[in-house]
Amino acid sequence: MADDLLLPPEQRFDAVIKQNQNEDGSELSILNLGPTHPATHGIFQNILLMDGERIMDGEGTVGYIHRAFEKIAENRPFYQITPLTDRMNYCSSPINNMGWWMTVEKALNIEVPKRVQYMRVIIMELARIADHIICNSVLGVDTGALTGFLYVFQYREKIYEIYEEICGARLTTNMGRIGGFERDWSPEVFKRINDFLEEFPKIWSEFENLLVRNRIFMDRTIDVGPISAEKAISYGFTGPNLRAAGIDYDVRVMSPYSSYEDFEFDIPVGKSGDTYDRFCVRNAEVWESLKIIKQAMEKMPEGPYHADVPDYYLPPKEDVYHNMEALIYHFKIVMGEVPVPVTEVYHAVEGGNGELGFYLTTDGSRTPYRLHFRRPCFIYYQAFNDMVRGQMLSDAIATLSSLNVIAGELDA
Amino acid sequence: MALDQHTLIEKVSDKFGTTVSDFIKIHDILTFEVEADSILEVMAFLRDDTTLRFNFLTDLCGMHFPDAEKSRQFSVVYHMHNWVDNVRIRIKCYLDGDAPEIDSVTSLFLSSNWQERETYDFYGIIFKGHPQLKRILNMDEMVSFPMRKEFPMEDGGRTDKDDRFFGRQTDNYKN
Repeated sequence: MADDLLLPPEQRFDAVIKQNQNEDGSELSILNLGPTHPATHGIFQNILLMDGERIMDGEGTVGYIHRAFEKIAENRPFYQITPLTDRMNYCSSPINNMGWWMTVEKALNIEVPKRVQYMRVIIMELARIADHIICNSVLGVDTGALTGFLYVFQYREKIYEIYEEICGARLTTNMGRIGGFERDWSPEVFKRINDFLEEFPKIWSEFENLLVRNRIFMDRTIDVGPISAEKAISYGFTGPNLRAAGIDYDVRVMSPYSSYEDFEFDIPVGKSGDTYDRFCVRNAEVWESLKIIKQAMEKMPEGPYHADVPDYYLPPKEDVYHNMEALIYHFKIVMGEVPVPVTEVYHAVEGGNGELGFYLTTDGSRTPYRLHFRRPCFIYYQAFNDMVRGQMLSDAIATLSSLNVIAGELDA
Repeated sequence: MALDQHTLIEKVSDKFGTTVSDFIKIHDILTFEVEADSILEVMAFLRDDTTLRFNFLTDLCGMHFPDAEKSRQFSVVYHMHNWVDNVRIRIKCYLDGDAPEIDSVTSLFLSSNWQERETYDFYGIIFKGHPQLKRILNMDEMVSFPMRKEFPMEDGGRTDKDDRFFGRQTDNYKN
């Protein structure tokens, strides 16, 4: 069964059509789900072979918003690559930004201060919460519950206000520098994070109560789009989708980066890998993220907000306007005239959807020789056909929604 | 007992002799080279051996080295991960510049299906035995392989933008 899933759709579809020929005078039909369908939440197409409402087979077509990020990255210095990472998983762009800075720092052997690591942890966990808010509330929308979505989106807005306070941008944040942050966080940032930590748990448990034991929601999601642990590993699943299948693989615990080893948190796992388990795992992860943020806020060390690396860290903006040296350095760094060793690194962070990896190869020039993004969406989305085969069309929508496929990350 | 680097190198070299070579630890990942013909066997061994247990294919990507000698102009880089002992390795296969060909590993890891298609799409590397090797992110009608270094990033016919003024050249990799 699994083997024939990889065959070209023409061959697979023909076989199914032949099998189902005219048994009762009915015919199979082909349905295009996408490329621009509101339920796909992004631009990608699924060609489904349908027997009435039941999906017999399918084929995914991706690449509609391919923007050649890897090619562009080969022609841009490090600072100009961060905006590209923003646009991959745009629901949690700070994680992508921080992952990229950590990759560069690994290549350049830069040690960042403890305070920066804690700040990064906070911002990454906020981004994870924002990502899971979107996925879970939209799953509610796709199964017919708009209320929860509108309710929790206010708090996504609060997270975006925190981003705004830190870096000035909201969705595509382009946050941070090599070695740290562009400026220290203002008291307003800490106040907003504390407010969020205070208000959000109540809202989130209310949202959970709306859906977790809701009869309609359970009927729509339990045993929908399941995947076994073994298959999930073979398909390259990572992140919440893998954990829903019962494997406790988490990059934050497996290879801790940015001081994640300092914090106490659990890895929530599911059992059957179905839509309901994915929903519950993401729900639980939000609680774990809140726990991590709380600990990081309490233990936040004093110290500098960036590493002392004048070769790579941009000089303060005020100096750039009034000081010749600073202006020269600013220009040099932005244009990539910095010492870069010949090396290669792979660095992975736990993104909203799984292991987000950066494979960077440098040759000593101003741009990467090759930069490959391991995009979790791209890798696990190929399992979609396998998961929805034999299910109803409306189940396919719920499955797609709970996989949290982000077109920007899928296509790069 | 956690899997250490020496055991790994010993086991792999005992089994495959000279087809595996150039073991080197770069930052935190052990990297080695495998002759392209035996990649399928090596990866199957790494996955199924009871002490090695590299159960997860993390990443697969292509690379292009137009200035290297003919037989080493392309490479496919595999990242594998052993989740039991938490060890990562990187495997490199160098391929011929005129006819880059390598065995597909779709029979071992389902995740390599689209990743190999992507690598074919951007580099033109043929994965022998792949059930459906066609373009994935670019359109089917395309004839070139855009991630090869000779493929310019911007449309060469543009006159409104002179790259020299932006301090960059289309063949930056040479600098």
